[in-house]
Amino acid sequence: MSEFLVNESTVVLAIETSCDETAASVVMGGNDVLSSIVSSQIEIHARFGGVVPEVASRAHLEALIPVVNSAIEEAGILPSRIDVVAATAGPGLIGALLVGVSAAKSLALVWDKPFVGVNHLEAHLYAGLLDDPTLEFPLIVLLVSGGHTMIIEMRGHGDYTVLGRTIDDAAGEAYDKVARFLNLGYPGGPVIDRIASEGNPHAVEFPRAMQHEGLDVSFSGLKTAVMNHVRRHPDISNVDIAASFQAAVVDVLCIKTIRAAQQIGAKGIVLGGGVSANSALRAEMTRRGNEAGFKVALPSRAMCTDNAAMIAAAAWHRIASDGPTSLACGAYPNLKLNAVPR
Amino acid sequence: MILGIETAVEHVGVAIGDSRGIRAHSMLASDRRHAESLTPMIQFVMAQAEAEMSDLSAVAVDIGPGLFTGMRVGMAAAQSIAWTLELPMVPVCSLDAVAMNADWSEDLVAAALDARRGEVYWAMYRMRGSGAEPQRISEPVVTSPEDFAIHIADRAEQVVCVGSGFERHHAFFENVAFATLLGATAQFPSAQNIVALAAHRIAADDTVSATEITPMYLRAPDAEINWSTREAAK
Ligand SMILES: [Zn+2]
Repeated sequence: MSEFLVNESTVVLAIETSCDETAASVVMGGNDVLSSIVSSQIEIHARFGGVVPEVASRAHLEALIPVVNSAIEEAGILPSRIDVVAATAGPGLIGALLVGVSAAKSLALVWDKPFVGVNHLEAHLYAGLLDDPTLEFPLIVLLVSGGHTMIIEMRGHGDYTVLGRTIDDAAGEAYDKVARFLNLGYPGGPVIDRIASEGNPHAVEFPRAMQHEGLDVSFSGLKTAVMNHVRRHPDISNVDIAASFQAAVVDVLCIKTIRAAQQIGAKGIVLGGGVSANSALRAEMTRRGNEAGFKVALPSRAMCTDNAAMIAAAAWHRIASDGPTSLACGAYPNLKLNAVPR
Repeated sequence: MILGIETAVEHVGVAIGDSRGIRAHSMLASDRRHAESLTPMIQFVMAQAEAEMSDLSAVAVDIGPGLFTGMRVGMAAAQSIAWTLELPMVPVCSLDAVAMNADWSEDLVAAALDARRGEVYWAMYRMRGSGAEPQRISEPVVTSPEDFAIHIADRAEQVVCVGSGFERHHAFFENVAFATLLGATAQFPSAQNIVALAAHRIAADDTVSATEITPMYLRAPDAEINWSTREAAK
């Protein structure tokens, strides 16, 4: 089967287990989200200060059937109404991915429905489109999470070019490292975002690496600068450090994203990934993007972080263009944005 | 008919059958490509057995101890199948399935699987006749091969040893008096044994639902071990 006809009534059940959220969702017609269930493991990993792969895999297996069950129940459909079963096939934690892929392939087998292995990065691009179907190509998508920082040109469905990326730490990783250094706990993003609103973003002018050239970004130097500054000025308040650090991160991300949008003549800017739930990034990108003449789409916070609705949306488009994925599909921990699981 | 799934060791196996025997089975020394192989293999074995999904009455799966990632591939698949078809599940301990390879033994049987990091998973059994469910006389544990060898020696009786744990740590068991080492054919649990064991459990009404089945890890994740050690040191 090389092509599979999808339409407005095609129902996709999708499973997402690539990192620390066990998620399942039922989406009709590629954009009508009937249910989206996310069981977060954040509390399980908090005491370790980061996601522990073996701990994550164990939790995924435990949560899997209840989460899938809730997604179908909440969608108010019978399993027989499901036309396609999808799962994230990569990138992500290999052991975690395998739980979802293995389950989804089995469901597809039992129900005798096609299976689609979805690229998680591609799915993040679809999260923006799910929340705002009026978006027009070409788009610039800023994908920022604990594992990724990418500026992507999206010319159409399945047609992407990565224009810029981090050369060291992902933005979310920088948040986690700074939060750990300041003893603020895990995950770092939400807590820094919260206390930064009480601090002075100009208290310390931290370096904005590579801001004048290209579209790549770097956060490693910023993280080191924060640590050095705190060591030299032990009396400085955490809220001012958090605000100044966040201002530097947001500044760089806005400059690069808007530069990319100008370069390709984008019709809009879309945010995606866990860090795009950050309130300062959302506010600044909207303000500066609009000033530069771009429509800025901010997916809901639930669509920014990992979820299975975006997996279902991506699967709906992928099965239309590439057909189903083989039941011999595995998990691909290092899958690149343009790679399609076979 | 019972679908049996084995992915908790290096190979992948699927079998279908009932209390009267195995209808079809397949095994692949997969080199850990469990997820890639399992679904097509289920399809293949079902087709060989000329069975439909609706012919299944239960799903049995190796719940470990064994390779964590491999075992979860089988668990996730088995749970999904049982849940969608609303079938009972039979959790089978890998060591029980290994021990069954020596179901002819009149002597004590020691089953062991390599647990990596210089340790073995093991349990002791008495056989109750060919094809019968082995009787566990010690619960599955993970220990050093030295400790296990001492345990066997302390039994001071004839012991039949089965499983990859003995091959991997051969040196520790060579000098244990009374021990007999079986050959390569009996190194691993098989999907056929999973089905055979499940048939006994189903006859005894000893099944669980897809949401009740739990893996047998026997070992906490490293991060948890390190974390508890750190907390204890505080
Ligand atoms: Zn993600």
